[in-house]
Amino acid sequence: MPAPANSNAAYVRLAPEPILPPPLLSRGAIAWARANLFSSPLSGAITLALVALALSMLPPLIAWATTRAIWSAPDGALCRAHQDGACWAFVAQKLAYLSYGSYPVAERWRVDVVEAVGGALILWMLWPRAPRRGLGAALFFLIFPILAFVLLHGAEGLRLPQVDTLLWGGVFVSLLTALVGIVFSLPLGVLLALGRRSSLPIVRASSVVFIEFVRGVPFITVLYMANNMLPLFLPPGWVPDRFAPPLVGTALFSAAYMAEEVRGGLQSIDKGQYEGAMALGLGYWRLTGLVVLPQALTRVIPGVVNNFIGLFKDTTLVAIVGMTDFLAAMDNAFQDTVWSGPTILATGYVFAGLFYFVFCYAMSRYSAAMERRLAAGRGR
Amino acid sequence: MAAEKSGRSSLANDPNARALLYQGLLAAGLIALLWMGWRNAVVNMQARGIPMGFGFWDETAGFDINQSLIGYSALSTYGRAFWVGLINTGLVGAIGIALATPLGFAVGVARLSPNWVLSKVALVYVELMRNTPLLLQLAFWYNAVLKTLPGPRQSLSLGDLVFLNNRGLYLPRPQFGAGAFLVAAALALALGGALAFRFWARRRQASSGERAPVALVALLLILALPTLAYLAAGEPIGFSLARLSGFNLSGGLQLSPEFAALTFGLVTYTAGFIAEIVRAGVLAVPHGQSEAASALGLHRSATMRLVVIPQAMRLIVPPLTSQYLNIIKNSSLAVFVGYPDLVLIFAGTVLNQTHAAVQVMAITMAVYLAISLAVSFALNLFNARNALKER
Repeated sequence: MPAPANSNAAYVRLAPEPILPPPLLSRGAIAWARANLFSSPLSGAITLALVALALSMLPPLIAWATTRAIWSAPDGALCRAHQDGACWAFVAQKLAYLSYGSYPVAERWRVDVVEAVGGALILWMLWPRAPRRGLGAALFFLIFPILAFVLLHGAEGLRLPQVDTLLWGGVFVSLLTALVGIVFSLPLGVLLALGRRSSLPIVRASSVVFIEFVRGVPFITVLYMANNMLPLFLPPGWVPDRFAPPLVGTALFSAAYMAEEVRGGLQSIDKGQYEGAMALGLGYWRLTGLVVLPQALTRVIPGVVNNFIGLFKDTTLVAIVGMTDFLAAMDNAFQDTVWSGPTILATGYVFAGLFYFVFCYAMSRYSAAMERRLAAGRGR
Repeated sequence: MAAEKSGRSSLANDPNARALLYQGLLAAGLIALLWMGWRNAVVNMQARGIPMGFGFWDETAGFDINQSLIGYSALSTYGRAFWVGLINTGLVGAIGIALATPLGFAVGVARLSPNWVLSKVALVYVELMRNTPLLLQLAFWYNAVLKTLPGPRQSLSLGDLVFLNNRGLYLPRPQFGAGAFLVAAALALALGGALAFRFWARRRQASSGERAPVALVALLLILALPTLAYLAAGEPIGFSLARLSGFNLSGGLQLSPEFAALTFGLVTYTAGFIAEIVRAGVLAVPHGQSEAASALGLHRSATMRLVVIPQAMRLIVPPLTSQYLNIIKNSSLAVFVGYPDLVLIFAGTVLNQTHAAVQVMAITMAVYLAISLAVSFALNLFNARNALKER
């Protein structure tokens, strides 16, 4: 240890003082509360007001949904008598109808199989660490639609009796509409996006006109058009199934939005990628298919998923052209006079809200996680 | 060397020839599709006796509409019904935009608040609104809330001024007597005076650094002048309040439950999206900007108002405009609650009565398309004016 420079000094500290704990007000929960809840008089007042509001609203709401709710009842009489609690008995009673519509009970396993296979393929395709995700995507976009059609619609040759689409309904129609939307709109959207960025004027013009036209009008008018006008444009004598026009309308509508999403991805690809591929002698299709699209599509996964959330929410509108989706099935269930009453309405809507919220929130979390993951790779 | 004289081996490898071929094929395909569709439509429409022209426009409609800002009765024409629907769509769109913007900005700023509770409450609001379908929200407000309200005799009321019951929302209706124009003129004068004062104050602050109490002066002008005119002209403006007479409320300004549910649902839904746009725009402004502002001694609200928000607007305006278009397009969900908008009246009732599907759908879609294109055009002008000036 070096000797002190000034030996006349009265006191020189040679050993460090023990470290004192930080002041009570600057650490732990108190400091956090000071910084985040009571940083100013206004902030403190807002905190207190919101907490008071939450305390006055949340306990009754939770009691409404749990302790005061009717969990099982043979009919709506009990629910009409207890106006201060939810009527989950209604949901329990109608759950099968809400899930399958009037699909024959003996054939409902077909719906279950389609939903299970579809769910598994989507997980395979979207889970970032799954092996051979490309194979999952190929199965989902090429094989799965055929399987779903054969199973749901029925095929006499396979001893699967036909089920008329009049009987289809409930959650499965909502999922089916969203599925048809994504399976057809994504490839079509990719083509439209490529068309919009093409150097060929007629290709570009027709893509732009289609995209801007569809994006400029409400979904309901597209559904009305598909329902009222599509049959007129078909050759006389062709009568499409009642599900076909709305599904075509959904796919075309969604394709225009997908196209803009994919175009964003195409525009974000570095010019060097194109030039490198051209220098290797790749033509347009191989350049696009092997170099540009794989990178662009990976980058637009979050956007496409967000778009899909919108599409899933929009499937509720198909009720206007006579498809019984989940929400329409819920409305039909409300018409049951055995089960009618104000709390039953509220319960039904809360249940439907929870259903959509769980789906959409999960997808939006996935989309945000993908966004972070992709940004990490490109971050500097 | 003779084979290479032409410079290319065959026409099939010539990019220009290929481009022509592909485009020719596409054009031919599209034209064939349109032509076939058109021919089928003509045959089908004749077979079903559907009118081919726009003659129905001047025919008597024969149905009633429960809300109309212009004169309309069952004896009016289909053309008149179209205008009623268009105006009703515009009404919902305009009120929706006017209310969703402030609510969305408030929620977006609350999301960024340093107050933890406030930002979490805003987060819950945004996630609830964005992750459930608009139709479900509308159905909830209309069927589960408004329709289950008490009847007129047990209306919920706010100080006997505003009433809410299952027949709608009743607001005080302003009534203008003779001399009301004086009050309007005084208001216009006050607004002009306030603007002129603000202009003068800004010039003075720019040249001398001295500040003038603009907000105070403007508030005084806008409050005092119309009040003086109101008293001088002998109190020409009154309010008619809704009163219970018999089994119903009469007087006041009645908003139908359909209109109230649609507007309320659209506003709360879209505000969730606007909040996220505002938040993203504000977060995209580099942190150095707000640090520099606080180094200059501006407090948080002044930093937001004078430094961050003006820069964030460049990023906020384009997606905000598309939300405005969404409000107008989503107002077509009026069909589900029975509010008489363009789609319900024209693409619904008129189409079903005249069967002129092609014409009616073409007109309806053209209206929405025209609104969209006009707004995009205005947005492009805005972007060109406000783009970053790069040197």
